[in-house]
Amino acid sequence: MIATRPNEAPSDPRRFRDLTTPEGVVVRVPLASLSERFTAFLVDLALVLGAITVLGLLLALSMLGPGQSELAIAATLLCSFLIRAFYFAYFESAWRGATPGKRVVRLRVVSRSGGPLRPDAILARNLVREVEIFLPLTLVLVIPSEDQGGLIALAALVWVGVLVLLPIFNRDRLRLGDIIAGTCVITLPKPVLLEDVARATPDATAAAPDGIHFTDRQLAIYGTYELQVLEELLRDRRPSADGARRAVAERIQRKIGYATPDGTIPDPQAFLDAFYRAQRTRLETGLAFGKRKSDKHDRAE
Amino acid sequence: MATVELKSSQFRREREAGWRELERLIERIDKDGPGRMTPEELCRLPVLYRSALSSQSVAHAISLDRSLLTYLDALAARAYLAVYAEQSNALHRVARFFSRSFPQAVGALRWHILVAFGALLLGVLTGLALTLAEADWFYAFVSDDLAQGRSPAASTQALREAIYGQPPVHEMLTSFASFLFTHNAGIGLMSFGLGIALGVPTILLMFINGLMLGAFVALYVDRGLGIDFLAWLSVHGTTELLAIALCGGAGLSLATAVVFPGRHGRLASLAERGRQAAVVVLGAVVLFFCAALLEGFARQLVVDATGRLLIGWATLVGILVYLVTRARARSP
Repeated sequence: MIATRPNEAPSDPRRFRDLTTPEGVVVRVPLASLSERFTAFLVDLALVLGAITVLGLLLALSMLGPGQSELAIAATLLCSFLIRAFYFAYFESAWRGATPGKRVVRLRVVSRSGGPLRPDAILARNLVREVEIFLPLTLVLVIPSEDQGGLIALAALVWVGVLVLLPIFNRDRLRLGDIIAGTCVITLPKPVLLEDVARATPDATAAAPDGIHFTDRQLAIYGTYELQVLEELLRDRRPSADGARRAVAERIQRKIGYATPDGTIPDPQAFLDAFYRAQRTRLETGLAFGKRKSDKHDRAE
Repeated sequence: MATVELKSSQFRREREAGWRELERLIERIDKDGPGRMTPEELCRLPVLYRSALSSQSVAHAISLDRSLLTYLDALAARAYLAVYAEQSNALHRVARFFSRSFPQAVGALRWHILVAFGALLLGVLTGLALTLAEADWFYAFVSDDLAQGRSPAASTQALREAIYGQPPVHEMLTSFASFLFTHNAGIGLMSFGLGIALGVPTILLMFINGLMLGAFVALYVDRGLGIDFLAWLSVHGTTELLAIALCGGAGLSLATAVVFPGRHGRLASLAERGRQAAVVVLGAVVLFFCAALLEGFARQLVVDATGRLLIGWATLVGILVYLVTRARARSP
């Protein structure tokens, strides 16, 4: 198990959830955002409605004979229920937790408890969908024609409203079906391995004079958080980042009281590379001895 | 100092090839599905997966390279999703549902189902008693589109016609039967989903449906057509009421999970019971479908009271025997 997790990047707005795999390892996955889920649902809804319309038209055309219109209506009603109820369940089990809509937006349904996504969980989250969305919508559309229909339609609207807003009010953005099925919806993380900043530029280290040294006290000031912010800055290859690097280099030099013997100011890029390496070496050595300094305010040492 | 390689950089250099290989495998599984992979590739997957998990754990303990950590988190998550995907034959799954999952879930929820059935029965008795005492109650319990002209105002002849009248063959699977299927399945799903509101709406739904039924029974009993109506209703009603009770029981099971979460907390217990209840509800939907078929065909083809009673109750006994024997069968 992992005792503490490093901070997420300050610029990353995603929310994460920890899943424990059957091997007992904690895997961190990004939760799907509400807009992604809504987009996926709209795509699926369009497909379902399209399928029902096409099917209804086909049935109506094939049953033009006398007295067969009733049969066509009956078959259409039945098919629309079956398509509506089982479209999601079918694709989520056949396509490994993703309907066509979810696939477009790169979402996946996963089990919250960490095991495989079981068929009964898929059933549960999708049978509830009928109750959450489709039934109340039917109520809203059908009932107002009767007396006191307005009141019932209002109640149905409130019901839909509460259920639609439910994902906003919980940490894992669960809808009712997710709560009942023990699932949650995540975004497929894309593994991108960037170069190691500490050994990325052999030519740069060769060019830089090996004269940038730090004392142990100078390296005891910053923690993991600052190190990783610096990492982000070093990876930033846009020209606009050069100014930022210069400013940060000056700031660090002031803060840790760095001065070269001959009073010259080193090149910001070379200085930051050297500082990053030294700082990371020190913090990782501390880590090996069980000392984790999370940021500059952490007085753990 | 610059010549010494960092421990974490060395760690990364030694394992990177394996991660890249795993990355390519996952990419292919996601694109083509596991069926198109070679056996060698499929054998590599769990090995690489486990070593990626171990790399991820170690990396969090020794490395502060954030890009490496996020990469390994993402890689481990993707590999986990690829490895732990339920893959089984659809036919096999359907067979297992009917032979094991459904009856066993019903068996586990038997007390909830009995309580739901009790609420339904109470509704029937109340509706019956009230409507027998004062016929106008009928209008309070039964909406117009459901009554379809059958009301205390209708003549006995018309009521008899509604039971024994034989519509033309093409109207057998009428839109009314499939309307009833979607309507009933809808009510079933409602009583399941609404169970989360502490079960109150579920009990109410059971009771209200009982009231409607009771009112109809009273109407026909009042005209001396009690047995005929019972027979007419039994054809599909036994299956249908069983299915409604199953859905009600599923809803009450959710309510139990919310009210008495037990040791593992509300969300966990709701998830566990929810999956079980969903299995019951799916079985109930199948039963609703059977009921609609019985209603659409059997009821029009068999027109004498004895035959109808026989069909209805034989079906019910058959389903119950199936449920009880399969629920008790030991899993292999």
